[in-house]
Amino acid sequence: MSMLEILKQSSNPEICKPLVDAVIQKAVEFRQKFGRKPAFMEVCGSHTMALARTGVKQSLKDYVQLISGPGCPVCVTDQRSIDAMIALAEGDNRIICTFGDMMRVPGSNRTLLDSKIAGKDIRVLYSPVDAVKVAKDNPDKEVIFLGVGFETTIPILTLMVGEAEKLRLDNFSIWMTTKLVEPVLRYLLEAGEVQLDGFLLPGHVSIVLGEDAYQYLVTEYNISGVITGFEPAELLSGIYKLIDLAINGQASILNNHPAVVRKAGNQVIHQWLEKYLTECDEAWRGMGVIPRSGLDLKPEYDKYNAKKRFTVEVGEPKKTKCRCGEVIRGLISPNECPLFGKACHPMNPIGPCMVSAEGSCAAYYQYMRESF
Amino acid sequence: METYISLAHGDGGELSHRLIRDIFVSAFGDKNAVMFDAAAITMATHKIAVTTDSFVIKPIFFPGGSIGKLAVAGTVNDLAVSGAKPAYLTCGFVIEEGFPISNLKKIVTDMANEAKKSGVTIVAGDTKVVERGSADGVYINTTGIGVYQPEIGCSLEFAEGDAVIVSGTIGDHGIAVLTARGELGITAPVNSDCASLNNMLEAILKDTSGIKIMRDPTRGGLATTLVEIAEDFQLTINIQETAIPVKAEVHGVCDLLGYDPLYLANEGKAIIIVSAKEKDKVVEILRKFPEGKDAAIIGSISSKEKGRLLLETPLGAKRLLTRLSGTMFPRIC
Repeated sequence: MSMLEILKQSSNPEICKPLVDAVIQKAVEFRQKFGRKPAFMEVCGSHTMALARTGVKQSLKDYVQLISGPGCPVCVTDQRSIDAMIALAEGDNRIICTFGDMMRVPGSNRTLLDSKIAGKDIRVLYSPVDAVKVAKDNPDKEVIFLGVGFETTIPILTLMVGEAEKLRLDNFSIWMTTKLVEPVLRYLLEAGEVQLDGFLLPGHVSIVLGEDAYQYLVTEYNISGVITGFEPAELLSGIYKLIDLAINGQASILNNHPAVVRKAGNQVIHQWLEKYLTECDEAWRGMGVIPRSGLDLKPEYDKYNAKKRFTVEVGEPKKTKCRCGEVIRGLISPNECPLFGKACHPMNPIGPCMVSAEGSCAAYYQYMRESF
Repeated sequence: METYISLAHGDGGELSHRLIRDIFVSAFGDKNAVMFDAAAITMATHKIAVTTDSFVIKPIFFPGGSIGKLAVAGTVNDLAVSGAKPAYLTCGFVIEEGFPISNLKKIVTDMANEAKKSGVTIVAGDTKVVERGSADGVYINTTGIGVYQPEIGCSLEFAEGDAVIVSGTIGDHGIAVLTARGELGITAPVNSDCASLNNMLEAILKDTSGIKIMRDPTRGGLATTLVEIAEDFQLTINIQETAIPVKAEVHGVCDLLGYDPLYLANEGKAIIIVSAKEKDKVVEILRKFPEGKDAAIIGSISSKEKGRLLLETPLGAKRLLTRLSGTMFPRIC
């Protein structure tokens, strides 16, 4: 059976529909025991989208509470950082390279897309390493890549620095504003604002981190996590296992994505991260600065660190009624924000959660604002 | 002949004359038309259909087609889905100074071949050359004239239970063009579906009854076109995700980049809404044509109110599909 055929099976209605029934039955069992719905947080933005797009969230809404967490890289980026990246694009003789998600994220004054329309050289790359090629092809311009992302994206950034070193480029740098999963999960658990029975752990990030990297959830917080893929059958079986663990009261980390996630993660990537990067404090939207929650380039790679090469001045971010910060922390559902679907919609996003391909508000608006 | 297009090719002098004679007239073949400022064509006395479209695609050559093939097929399809028999085309070229004449010849040959295949005659044309940097290679506008056939056509009389048919796999053109740009870092063995559909659509109009509407889901894809039909005629249309034909390769690229095949462009597909009684016959006829071999029934009209498009996921959950908001961008992870 080819990989594609296997993937197709995981969205086969004959497999998925009985799985929905099994999850519901398990959730009813939980409710009988605890008198409430089980509540889980999906940490990954791609999970948020997949749960909504496939209809898993809608199918389970009366039985399981699925709360979207801080897993959308653009959404968790602090407004001042967003404004700084947009301001960076205003400088002359620069080419800004970025992931597509960033283009329409609202800054206090404008978006990157506005700047591009106004004539700034801003390029959306499909393959980020191409930014190095852009630098090689444009030796008289400064090429800056906007390095937004979690552990899934960070390795690619180090790969870019490796390439730039190999080519001895002097005009390539990365504006690092990366985020790590563990510190933000600890932040949420310590804040204790949301009652959770477990985490649906991100399949992509776990390929890098590995199964063992989540043991602190069990040993320090007594909470379960199930590493889960993105197809309907995978999502459903992940949720089933979470309910099962919650009913038995036994905190544990399960790897429900064993085809690609190993116990110790990807060791080659770990070596790359260690070579180029060091932990740094990062500011998160709605949460403030979380110590050692991001990775920055080590001082010996300052020449590739855009923050060391360029200064941008940004004022206080514009205040709006956007409640993205609370959405990210799982405190409110997107439709509880007063702007949702009224002033804020995908054509006129006020906050990043409405614009990103992984944003909770975008997922809710696109897939769940009405039920049928 | 010169190797590259120069500004002189567009100034109306000897070079313009040669360009028209040696490239356009020799390929399109309608020698009479070029002796006058306007082509004289003979039309049936029935109602006629007129449509126009401009083509600015990048790259100009892509797997499965070129800007030339597209410029003919695109306009032919606009006529064909309206229920008209395409008869004549005009074409206008805007060419950037320095454009290789060999490429222009290839484009014109593709246009001539596609025109022959679809049975249309290219009767008039225009060429303008702009300075280097003022255009990106070549842009083509085509205007098409078609004739409505008496007694056959689309009734626009919708009823609950009418079937929604798509004539084949969706998103092929979008993915073929994106990968051909070489920016994805992916090589996907997907050809554009770019093709004239008029012969196939004429066959279903002639041999069946009960066709309500036909549309070609180009920019904005299947979802956007169906949303437009649902809103324009105030229908609730239900489609089933598992019934929609998508090539595995297209599905794979979309998964990687965060694209949705429902919103990717097609250039050789038709959406047909037909009475429940005739739906199987329509699919059977479509599948006899190479362009329609993957035709499938993907849903139905569930009510004649509300004006909305609903998608049923493999789990049986339903969600609303809306127009694409802005451009699709590749995501971070």
